[in-house]
Amino acid sequence: MSKMNRIKSSLIDTKKEINFVFNGKKYKGFKGDTLGSALLANNVKLIGRSFKYHRPRGIISHGSEEPNGLVELINEHYNEPNTKITTLELYEGLKAKSQNCWPSVKYDLMSINDKLSNFISAGFYYKTFMWPSSFWEKIYEPVIRKAAGLGSLTLSNCDRNSEKGYLHCDVLIIGSGPSGLISAYIAGVSGVRVLLVEEDFIFGGSLNNETLTISDMPAIDWVKFIIKELSKLKNVKLMNKTELIGMFDHGVFGAIEKNKYKKIDQIFWKITSKKTLLCSGSTERLIPFQNNDLPGIMLSNSIRSFVNRWGVKSFKKVLLFTNNDDAYSTAINLIDNEIDCIGIVDIRDKPKNVDPKIKVYTNSQVINAYGNLKLQSVDVVNSDGKIINIECDFLGVSGGWNPNIHISCHTGVKPEWNNKILAFTPGKKNISTHLEAAGSANGKFTLNECFNDSEIKTIKILNELKIKPKKYVIPKTKKETFNIDPFWFVKQGSKRKWVDLQNDVTVKDIEIAYNENFRSVEHLKRYTTLGMGTDQGKTSNVTGLAILANLSNKSIPEVGTTIFRPPYVPVSLDAFVGSVTSKNYKPTRLTPTNSWAQANGASFVESGLWLRAEWYTKKNEKHWRESVDREVNSVRNSVGFCDVSTLGKIDIQGRDAQKFINKIYSNGFAKLPVGKVRYGLMLREDGLVMDDGTTARMGEDHFIMTTTTINAESVYRHLEFCHQCLWPEMDVHLISTTDAWAQIAIAGPKSRKIMSKIVDEQFDISNENFPFMACKELTICGGITARLFRISFSGELAYELSIPTQYASSLVTHLMEVGKEDNIVPYGTEALGVMRIEKGHAAGAELNGTISALNLNMGKMVSSKKDSIGIILSKREGLCLPDGLRLIGLKPINPKNQLISGSHLFNENDTKKPENDMGYVTSSCYSPTLKSFIALAFLKNGNGRYGEKIKVSNPILKSEDLAEICNPVFVDPNGDRLRE
Amino acid sequence: MSYNIFQIIKEGLKGNMGWVKTWRNPNIKKKYDVIIIGGGGHGLATAFYLAKEFNIKNIAVLEKNWIGGGNVGRNTTIIRSNYMLNENEAFYEFSLKLWEGLEKQINYNAMVSQRGVLNIFHSDAQKDSFIRRGNSMIINGADAELYDLNKIKSIYPFLDYQNARFPIKGGLFQKRGGTVRHDAVAWGYAHAADKLGVDIFQNCEVNNFKFKSGSCVGVETNRGFIKANKVGCAVAGSTSLLLSKADMVLPIESHVLQAFVSESIKPIIPGVITFGAGHFYISQSDKGGLVFGGDIDGYNSYAQRGNLDILEDVCESGLALMPSISKARLLRMWGGVMDMTMDGSPIIDKTHIKGLYMNAGWCYGGFKATPASGWCFAHLIAKDYSHSLSENFKLDRFKNGYMIDEKGQGAQPNLH
Amino acid sequence: MGEFIYYGDASLLKRPKWDDKNAEDKFYKYLYLRKNIAGIHKELWFHQQGDRSWLVVTRNTKNHEILKVELATEVVKGLDK
Repeated sequence: MSKMNRIKSSLIDTKKEINFVFNGKKYKGFKGDTLGSALLANNVKLIGRSFKYHRPRGIISHGSEEPNGLVELINEHYNEPNTKITTLELYEGLKAKSQNCWPSVKYDLMSINDKLSNFISAGFYYKTFMWPSSFWEKIYEPVIRKAAGLGSLTLSNCDRNSEKGYLHCDVLIIGSGPSGLISAYIAGVSGVRVLLVEEDFIFGGSLNNETLTISDMPAIDWVKFIIKELSKLKNVKLMNKTELIGMFDHGVFGAIEKNKYKKIDQIFWKITSKKTLLCSGSTERLIPFQNNDLPGIMLSNSIRSFVNRWGVKSFKKVLLFTNNDDAYSTAINLIDNEIDCIGIVDIRDKPKNVDPKIKVYTNSQVINAYGNLKLQSVDVVNSDGKIINIECDFLGVSGGWNPNIHISCHTGVKPEWNNKILAFTPGKKNISTHLEAAGSANGKFTLNECFNDSEIKTIKILNELKIKPKKYVIPKTKKETFNIDPFWFVKQGSKRKWVDLQNDVTVKDIEIAYNENFRSVEHLKRYTTLGMGTDQGKTSNVTGLAILANLSNKSIPEVGTTIFRPPYVPVSLDAFVGSVTSKNYKPTRLTPTNSWAQANGASFVESGLWLRAEWYTKKNEKHWRESVDREVNSVRNSVGFCDVSTLGKIDIQGRDAQKFINKIYSNGFAKLPVGKVRYGLMLREDGLVMDDGTTARMGEDHFIMTTTTINAESVYRHLEFCHQCLWPEMDVHLISTTDAWAQIAIAGPKSRKIMSKIVDEQFDISNENFPFMACKELTICGGITARLFRISFSGELAYELSIPTQYASSLVTHLMEVGKEDNIVPYGTEALGVMRIEKGHAAGAELNGTISALNLNMGKMVSSKKDSIGIILSKREGLCLPDGLRLIGLKPINPKNQLISGSHLFNENDTKKPENDMGYVTSSCYSPTLKSFIALAFLKNGNGRYGEKIKVSNPILKSEDLAEICNPVFVDPNGDRLRE
Repeated sequence: MSYNIFQIIKEGLKGNMGWVKTWRNPNIKKKYDVIIIGGGGHGLATAFYLAKEFNIKNIAVLEKNWIGGGNVGRNTTIIRSNYMLNENEAFYEFSLKLWEGLEKQINYNAMVSQRGVLNIFHSDAQKDSFIRRGNSMIINGADAELYDLNKIKSIYPFLDYQNARFPIKGGLFQKRGGTVRHDAVAWGYAHAADKLGVDIFQNCEVNNFKFKSGSCVGVETNRGFIKANKVGCAVAGSTSLLLSKADMVLPIESHVLQAFVSESIKPIIPGVITFGAGHFYISQSDKGGLVFGGDIDGYNSYAQRGNLDILEDVCESGLALMPSISKARLLRMWGGVMDMTMDGSPIIDKTHIKGLYMNAGWCYGGFKATPASGWCFAHLIAKDYSHSLSENFKLDRFKNGYMIDEKGQGAQPNLH
Repeated sequence: MGEFIYYGDASLLKRPKWDDKNAEDKFYKYLYLRKNIAGIHKELWFHQQGDRSWLVVTRNTKNHEILKVELATEVVKGLDK
């Protein structure tokens, strides 16, 4: 454990010690620390290894721009790779380790890459490893893959508690620095709903890092004061630990609130705001020079932040290197805290604001850095070319400031170049006119300017919201200036000068890319990987662009800019999921008889979102086929029932209901009498089959349509389209009643007997008075409203009974009782499927969206005497081929051979070539009725080929069979049983 | 300049300042035999094959922005030939074969990596349709295997086998499928085409065509008029806009498809996996980023960016399949504009104007089609009749009822 | 799935007459051809998880800005006049 002393800072509570472990070693920090500040305070400078060359790296910054300070955070059940130590709030027991190094961060074997750097510069891999081609997957690529990547992800299924939420506000303010706070204050007192989000765990933004004075009090005290004032306002909501990740359409923003609540790890907020103010501050940038990646070389303002906010005292001899005024604040802060600031190397002739206590090397540059795993000295050259070596343990670099404009680009607005501050500011032509930027995010780098700019922008927003601003006071601040000279990188020296520290992109890489004609900004990024790391180029993009501009002898805006994309900071994937995980991925729809089926031995199967009984296993049954065969035999010989409530049900009423349905179905419905049901074939407008089902005419103006389970929603939507968009003049009313009515099929020769036991006496359901395709509203079991349809999917004498959903499970219990003497059985979807295949009914496997009525042998059902959806385009040549696909039945020559769905059909003597492909098997099963496997298939010119043999080929499972082509209606082709 | 290990060593020893342009920045000639509009994957591939296979030398590629900036640089880098319909399967299998020999042909390492594509299924109905698809693949000379649950567990032990809402039942696997470094495809084709004398112009936007007695005789650009005997359009996403200048109305809508990439992490996912109970596909790049995507946003758009709902949908589907990646972090999201056709299949065809050809409608399958698309389009332009593999991809198929509808969704582009 | 479901160009409101001359060509153009406008686009959305109304939304396809929303029934009645 190393000793640690701190400079006094009100933002660090030295009374509250926090223990943590880094690379197996124990350390102490304090409340208020980040892992980064605590490690630095403990003199730990070497944090990890870089992406490509495995160079030793330490932190350069104190925020989310950090490219180097990434660790694997070790939690109980999983590791979080690539965690930024500069934003991670320290907590008791925190454990972390360095990543991308082996065996240790000090001795990393992969640093051999660094020695080979001349041969693996930008784009090298595009130029080699091409021979022999099989070596790529086997040898080259595995080596590259293993070396790449940063931290490792532990594959743990441990869930974090994630939630999702929605927030609405009039004004969203992003960032709680001086601009965010003053804007929130002005908007807040004016009464609009303000939401202020801050990614840090404390409010105040850059004010926490500075020793400024606001209204004659220290800035930190002013922050506390204004937060207190804001907290009093009920219309203002303050959210810290909340990362604003992106701006999307229509004023919607995404934000992640993390590590704030005991039981919830993170909340993904979708924020809808009327107006938004971007007060996200700015980020300092580096100046590339030789070896500028040594641990100890940092951003100038980060050094002063670590001193001012975190009281870090580890800086012994600090040199600064700058092209602008800002580094002078760092120097003064260091001197005030009795840290040895040995000077400022300023590239300018006559820097302003020189404090006599600071030694300034004017007109000079830092051209090289030395040290082993940490900075020991630098070479400084003056205008005469004289080089001196200066010993130092830290170098603070300030290459100017980039406003944090990222979020302003998310909806496609390009930023604008500002030559005065040498940086991009948010584009003024904001497409949605939704977002304004203020303060330092808008290129106003002094406190005075920030307050003024924020005031102007907030008032503008309030005006747009038509709100009169209430009285407020803008605090007094000192007027300052900000001066900068264009200076982007040090030209002197041929060793590597680092631009993107995480991805190891150097000035020379950019030169190579330029020479090879990768001259557009996007090419540069993609060829060199500049700015593609986890820091998203926050410290490197603009510098890279400037170097490119320099090479092309163009100005930066002429070279272009890159558009930043969401998210602003990387976000773990589980944040976007909330509680929608594992079983909750999609809702589960249960049929009305689900619990009864569970209690009666059913196995269940997914059918879309529905869970349906697949079959019911009896005690002695070992294989599912036994159960299914038994169910089929029972229905065919006696009686069974099946819950078919999942079918879509649409109630259609109105004076024009019949006319409407006649236009929806391709077959005629104009003459369907009351009390009758008809099969309906529904086409899409392109003439292919959309769905099928039955529609019953319950009354003069009242119809009930059923759809297939899978198309329940889309058919309903289609009907509403036809009504509202095509024929709004029709008097038609539609409502989906799928969930309101349970539907039970009762099928088998004994089904009338069963029905007569439950249908109330006064209703006659004899064959004469309630024949095949009859329907009626009646009562059952002594007065319960029901609808009875004499329709059959199984091919047997059968009924479908509709009752209000709540009676369904009582009904089936009752059916079991009244059917006892006939050995009634419940049957599942599998038996249902077997019987419909035996009967040649098309279902989902056949209605696959590429099939016409003609393909189903239903060409005659497309009436050309009336208008209906799909009628015209169904006549197109390609849909009417005389030798096109037809639905057929298949019987294997050996009845014991299973025909596999998905097999392709070939003529007996043809080879398996695509040009010989004659069709495919859609559905297959074992038919206990025929005591043979059977199948349905689509075969070219199929219905002219009954009796012929065909090859059923299944090369993926290496099987092939011979089958006989037959009528797809295997059982009762004349339909006598239906009418019995 | 030829690329190989010796050149890398030679240039490395000289400080890497000897590398020359990957493609030239030539001066525009007054006239070309063929002008290709669109410097994306398909346009550059077309130019390359025109020069290489069809012996046409005087070719220009006009790109309004930077080459490779369209969908070739905005996709999830997957290559595969696992289609159900013979018309598609034959074409994509040809493409996959071209991928396999691509790098030697263009002397550029596009990192064609045949790490296998696994499509997971979750129901018997899905299994049946995957069997049909797998059989089509084999019949068309591609490779396909049906994996059972245990086999999948052995390669991808970290999928959700315990608590999945839609349990995994098996998968269709194509070993020869995989990924390719997408940007390098554009650069490699540009490099190889350039070597054969093709002129590539960036920041050269075509504003109009010039027609003379029913034929296309050139294009008006922001850099002046350029004469041409033949003009081919390969401008996915902007096809409707460009060809509206030839008074064409097309069976195409432009839609946004998003793609996502995570931070770099050490290798965990060997190949490509697609989820069968929702929209999600994923692979891991050589850099270590998880590259994944899902469904299109679903409404007409020319904005190269997407909405938040799709991000949530994709993550929900992704974590439903593999909850173990839940702590990986999303690094970037972006969108590309797709030509979505009315049957989900592409169009490679002549137009009603002599000398004007179109290559469009790749929906979101365009990347893997790049080599075959270029080859077949080059064939059409050079010979004035379709290559046998693209003869079904004609514009009049909608009028005549010969749709190639892999998903069976009908005339609604956002459902394909 | 979202609250609103997209269908396509509002030209889908103008279904041709089935008994017109050249009906097949007209239906082909109606169903398959799209202007695919970059800019102000009128399009159909269904309020699936709401009042189940079909809406004509005027939206800019270049930046997704929504400019106007009307009930399809009202728009169709306007077309008839």
